[in-house]
Amino acid sequence: MADQEFESVITDEMRAMIGVKGEETVSELTTTSVRMFARSVGYVDPAFYDEAVARDRGFRSLPAPPGYLGTPIYNPADSDPTFGGRRGSGGFRSPYPLVLNGGTDIEYTGEQICAGDTLTSATALASLNERWSGALGVPMLIQVSETTYTNQNGAVVAISRGTGISYPRPGD
Amino acid sequence: MSDAVPDQIYFEDIEVGDSIPELEKSPTSQQLVQWAAGSGDFYQIHYDTSYAQDTGLEDIIVHGALKHAFLGELLWRFAGPEGQVKRVQCSYRGMDPAAQGRESAQEKKFTLRGSVTRKYTEGERNFVELSVEGVRADGSVSTPGTGVVILPSRG
Repeated sequence: MADQEFESVITDEMRAMIGVKGEETVSELTTTSVRMFARSVGYVDPAFYDEAVARDRGFRSLPAPPGYLGTPIYNPADSDPTFGGRRGSGGFRSPYPLVLNGGTDIEYTGEQICAGDTLTSATALASLNERWSGALGVPMLIQVSETTYTNQNGAVVAISRGTGISYPRPGD
Repeated sequence: MSDAVPDQIYFEDIEVGDSIPELEKSPTSQQLVQWAAGSGDFYQIHYDTSYAQDTGLEDIIVHGALKHAFLGELLWRFAGPEGQVKRVQCSYRGMDPAAQGRESAQEKKFTLRGSVTRKYTEGERNFVELSVEGVRADGSVSTPGTGVVILPSRG
């Protein structure tokens, strides 16, 4: 079946943002923040809660569970009250009002990520694509963003790719 | 808890096609609030029913990143104390509800499963690639993905 035709909303200005890194965000990992993250996922492994166990297992301190790349340092002067990161960060704004989280991909370099670490991250738009959603009957803009996380020693510890899907309100 | 740290599995013990031990979750509104605090994501569609309904959702939904973290735990447990999680990837193909009030958490059961798709050695590291998925109580898959872990060798 041929795709439904629709007008592209991708502009040259939007394409020019691909690969351009946004402002840096600094995130902290503390013993308390690692325990809180591990507890919220439901981990029972004592390595996330007991520093002696973590050290016996070869970690510098409590290790970050997969998915935890620190908590952005919060300051009401410039942090987003809902999501905690820098307000208005990311640079790219979709022309569509509704947004869905399409997916997450985190690749680790193998460097340990532990309580006591400070990670600096910067996000760049990696790709923009459009697709017709048969289910919703609207066009969708699919943006992939890539974020590189570097620790306090300058080592890259992880690269994450997030997929955002935005679309107009059906019926509008 | 006896299975807090699963027994170590070794690279030699794994074959392509093997299923890995499942992990069962039953996300509740309490867990979503704990996740909001743990992750820093306080978007109201995850804990405020009327807010969620105002945006067109039927009810509060589980955070996508929490489902990614569940898959991370599945792989962490599979890799064992001497292994390493190298990559966790997933797509969010559908919304998943969370149990609230007197509702049985079992009705909102969310099972994490995985199977080995490839194994190979690079240098001295033993990689295992997996297909993983988050499965709803009715058996439908809302969160398909892939993972990579590094396992120790018996040698």
